Amino acid sequence: MGARELDPTFTALPYRSLGDAALARAADLGASHADFRFERVRYQELVARDGTLQGASDTEDLGFAVRVVHGGAWGFAAGVVLTTEEAVRVAESAVAVARVAAGMTSSPVELAPEPVHDDVTWVSAYDVDPFEVPTAEKAALLVGWTDRLRTGAAVDHASAHLLQVHENKYYADLAGTRTTQQRIRLHPGFEAMGAGADTFDSMASIAPPAGRGWEYLTGGAHSWDWDAELDEVPELLAEKLKAPSVEAGSYDLVIHPSNLWLTIHESIGHATELDRALGYEANYAGTSFATIDKLGSLQYGSPVMNVTGDRTVEHGLATIGYDDEGVATQSWDIVKDGVFAGYQLDRAMGHLHPELNDGRSNGCAYADSSGHIPIQRMANVSLQPAAGGPSTEELIGRVERGLYVVGDKSWSIDMQRFNFQFTGQRFYRITDGQLSGQVRDAAYQATTTDFWGSMEAVGGPETWVLGGAFNCGKAQPGQVAAVSHGCPTALFRDVRILNTLTEAGN
Amino acid sequence: MTLAPQSFVEHALAVSAADDCVVIVRDHTSANLRWANNTLTTNGVMHGVDVTVISFVRTADGVATGSVTGTATDQTGVTALVEAADRAARASGPAEDAAELTRDRVSADWDDAPVPTDIHVYDALAPALGEAFRRASAEQRVLYGFVNHEMTTTYLGSTTGLRLRHVQPTGHYGCTGKPADLSTSAWVGGATRDFTDVDPLAFDAELTRRLGWARRSIDLPAGRYDTILPPSAVADLMIDAYWYAGARVAHEGQSVYSNRAGGTRVGERIAAPGVSLFSDPAYAPIQSAPFATAAQSSNESSVFDNGLPLERTDWIRDGELTALIQTRHSAAMTGLPVTPAIDNLVLEVDGAAGDIDTLVAGTDRGLLLTCLWYIREVDPQSLLLTGLTRDGVYLVEGGEITGVVNNFRFNDSPVDLLRRFSHASATVPSFSREWGDDYFSRTATPALRVPDFNMSSVSQAQ
Repeated sequence: MGARELDPTFTALPYRSLGDAALARAADLGASHADFRFERVRYQELVARDGTLQGASDTEDLGFAVRVVHGGAWGFAAGVVLTTEEAVRVAESAVAVARVAAGMTSSPVELAPEPVHDDVTWVSAYDVDPFEVPTAEKAALLVGWTDRLRTGAAVDHASAHLLQVHENKYYADLAGTRTTQQRIRLHPGFEAMGAGADTFDSMASIAPPAGRGWEYLTGGAHSWDWDAELDEVPELLAEKLKAPSVEAGSYDLVIHPSNLWLTIHESIGHATELDRALGYEANYAGTSFATIDKLGSLQYGSPVMNVTGDRTVEHGLATIGYDDEGVATQSWDIVKDGVFAGYQLDRAMGHLHPELNDGRSNGCAYADSSGHIPIQRMANVSLQPAAGGPSTEELIGRVERGLYVVGDKSWSIDMQRFNFQFTGQRFYRITDGQLSGQVRDAAYQATTTDFWGSMEAVGGPETWVLGGAFNCGKAQPGQVAAVSHGCPTALFRDVRILNTLTEAGN
Repeated sequence: MTLAPQSFVEHALAVSAADDCVVIVRDHTSANLRWANNTLTTNGVMHGVDVTVISFVRTADGVATGSVTGTATDQTGVTALVEAADRAARASGPAEDAAELTRDRVSADWDDAPVPTDIHVYDALAPALGEAFRRASAEQRVLYGFVNHEMTTTYLGSTTGLRLRHVQPTGHYGCTGKPADLSTSAWVGGATRDFTDVDPLAFDAELTRRLGWARRSIDLPAGRYDTILPPSAVADLMIDAYWYAGARVAHEGQSVYSNRAGGTRVGERIAAPGVSLFSDPAYAPIQSAPFATAAQSSNESSVFDNGLPLERTDWIRDGELTALIQTRHSAAMTGLPVTPAIDNLVLEVDGAAGDIDTLVAGTDRGLLLTCLWYIREVDPQSLLLTGLTRDGVYLVEGGEITGVVNNFRFNDSPVDLLRRFSHASATVPSFSREWGDDYFSRTATPALRVPDFNMSSVSQAQ
C-alpha cells in the first residue's frame, strides 16, 4: 500500500486544544466520564446518466462533540465553532443535558473499563486517496461507463455513480486515551435499463463497496474487473428481459456472495447487536429473536455455519483501529458450528454483561458524524468458508431443481429479525446440476433460523467475497453506517420462492 | 456565538468569481430524548450551519456547475467553499439541465435571525415522561420511545436577486409499549411542530388501552384480508407512491407511471374516482418550504431550479394521474408542466368522513393495523412493495376489536390500493412510522379499508 499518512489538513485543525479544554471543563463540573470526539468527514458524490454527468457535489462535515456521564446519566452536546470557548460551552451543555436526563434515568450508566491507548494513530489500507484525483477524470470514467453500456442492443438507458468518503476522527477521554484515525471508502456502481414487449427491467453492477482507494476503479491487482462486467451486463439484461417468469414454490438455492452478504447483514448482523436484544431499539430498528438467554444454546443454523464479527479485516467498511469509545477493535465468534456464540457490544453493555467478553467492550460503538451520539453499531459480520470446500460450480452441481442467485436488489426483514424477503439482480434456473437460463420475478422468503438451518454446504475460500453497504440505518436520530460482510457461495435446501407478479395480483 | 447567515450569503455572492452563484445556508438545531426499558438511554442537543455554494460558469458549450457544501462558521470558511465551487464548475462540462436562474424574489422576513430549538422544548414533557416511566413500571409495562425536535432556518440567495428565507419546524414523538413478558407490542406516534400537543401520560394511556386488546391472541395464516390501514400506514405507502413519481424515470420507461407504449401515464385514471393526492406548502399544520432548493442535480432535482416558487400541486386528481415530480429539464423532456417536489403530501377521498373507529364499526370481520415497517420496492413495474406489519395487528369482528393477531409480511402496491380500497375516513395529520423519523414527516392521510390486502406470510415478531 502507498503513503498512508494522516491528512495534514486535518492534523492542522485545533482538536487537541479543544479536547483538552472540553475535558477539563467536564471534569470540573463533576463528570465521572467524559469523552471528546472531533470529526471531519468529506463526501463526494458523482452521478452520470446516458452519457452526461448528471449531478456532482462535495460535502464536508466538520465538528465536535462532548459526551459525559454525570450523576449516573448520559449527556451529549455537539458544536461546530472551532474555538476553546465553544468547546467549553459544549462541555457545559453536555453536563446540563445530563442533569435534565438524570430525572428520567432509572438505571445509572456505568462503562466497562478499557486500557488507555495514549496518543495512537491508525490509517486504513488504500493506495490513492480518491479526493486527490481530479473530479473531471472521475466524471469521465462514469460517463464512459454509461456510453459503453448503451452500445448494448437491449440497453435503453444507463446510469453510473461513485460515492467517496474520507473520514478523520480524533477521540480523547478523561482516562487518557487519545486516538487519531483516517479511513477511505468508495461505492462505485452502474445500472443498465431496458424494455421488452410489455415489461422493463434493469441489471446493476455487483461490485461491492470497499475500504479502498481510487485503485479500485482503475484495473490492476486492487481493482474490481469493471471491463469484464461492463462487457457482460448488456447481454445479461437482454437475457433477463426475455426470460420466463419463475414458477412459485420450493427450490434449492445456490446463493452467490453478491446476494448472500445482505441476507447475513439483516438476519445475523442486526440480530446479534446486543442493544437490540436488550430493547434499546424497540421503538425503531426493532429487537432480536436472539435474546441473551439463548446464547450458547440457540441452533442458529446448520453445523457448517460459522460467523465472525470483526472490525479488523483489511478493506472492511466497519474496520478501524479504535471505536468511538476508545476501545481497541477485535475479532470474535458470533455463530460457532451453527450455535449462537456472541454479540456486538459497547462499553455500557460490556459492563452490564461481563460474562460476554470478560467485562470488556468488543469495540462496536460508533457514530456517523460529530453531531450524533455513538451507539452500538455493526461490526463486519462474515460467514466463514470451508477449508478445502467446494467451488460455486460444484455447489450448483449438487442441485437437481433449483435457482442460482446473483446480486442484491430488494430487501426487507421484520422487527425481530425472523421473516425476511430478498430479490436479486439475476436468478438462474438450475436443472440437474447445470444452469439453464435466467428466470424473472423471483423473490426468496424465509425465517432466519429455518433458512440458516437449511444451509447444507458453504463454498471454499476461493468463493469468498467481502461485500457490504454504505447505507445501514439505525437509531433515533437516524444514523447511517458502512459495513462489510464476507461470505462464500452457499447451498440451501427447500427455500420458498415467490413470483412477484402473482404477489402483485397480476 | 452566532454569525448572521445572511452575511454568509452576501459574502459568498460578493467573492464568487463565477458568472452566477447560488448560496443556501441552513442553520439547524435539534434536541432529542430517547428511552428504553422505562429509563432514558440517550439524548442530545445539536447545532450546525451548513453552507452550500453552487457556481455557474458559462462556456462556449453551455453552462457548467459546481456544488460544494460545508460546515462554515466564519467568512474565511465561506470563501473557501466559494473558491472550491468555482474550481469545480470550471473543471466540469456543460450541464444538461441548464436553464435561466430564477430572479428577484425576496422574502419579507429575509433579515430575521434563525429560529432555534433547545432542550427546554421538553421542559413540560420531561417530568411527565418520568412519571409515565414510574407508572408503567408499577403496572408491569415497558416503554421504549423517542422525541425529536428540529428547527431549520434556510436562507437561499443568488446573484440573480433571490433572497428567500424559510423556517421549518419538524418534530415527532413515538412510543412502543410492551407487557413485562414482552409477548406483544403496541405503538403510538405522531408529528408535532412544537411539542405543546404531546403528553406522555396520554400516550402511555393509549398504549395501555391497546395492550389490553391483546388479552385475546389469535393466530391467523397468510392470505388476503379485509384490512383497515390507519393514517400512519397509509402515509407509509403514499410516501413511496410519491417518491417513485419522478417524471424523467416515468418518461424513460422505468416506473409504474410509465406508459408501456411510451411516455408517461399522466392523464390516465389510475385510482378510484374521488381520490386526490397532492402537495401544498401552505397546508396546515404541515406547512413546508414554498420554494425549491437543490444542492445537486438528479432525475428529480436541478440546481438551476433553486428558488422556483412551489404551490399546490395535484399528483392525482379525482383518480386521474395529473402530474409527476419535475425539474424544468424533465418538464421539457416530457412536455408537461413544471411541478417540482414539495416537502409534504396529502391524500384525500371525496366525501370520506369519520375516523378509524367508524371504519372498525362498519367491518364485520377484518384486520386493523397499527403501522408498517421495513417497506422496500420489489417490482417497479407495479410499484409492488414488501414490508411488515408492526406493533399490533388487531382482529375486528362484528364491528369491534376482539383480539390481537400475529404479524404478517405484506406484498402489495400503493397505486393499486388506491384503486381497490372500499372505505376511507376523513383526512387527518399523520406520521409515517417507516419514513417519518428521518425523511418525510409532513403527511395528512385518511384511514383506508382494503378488502383484499395481501398478507404474504406470517412473521413471528411480537
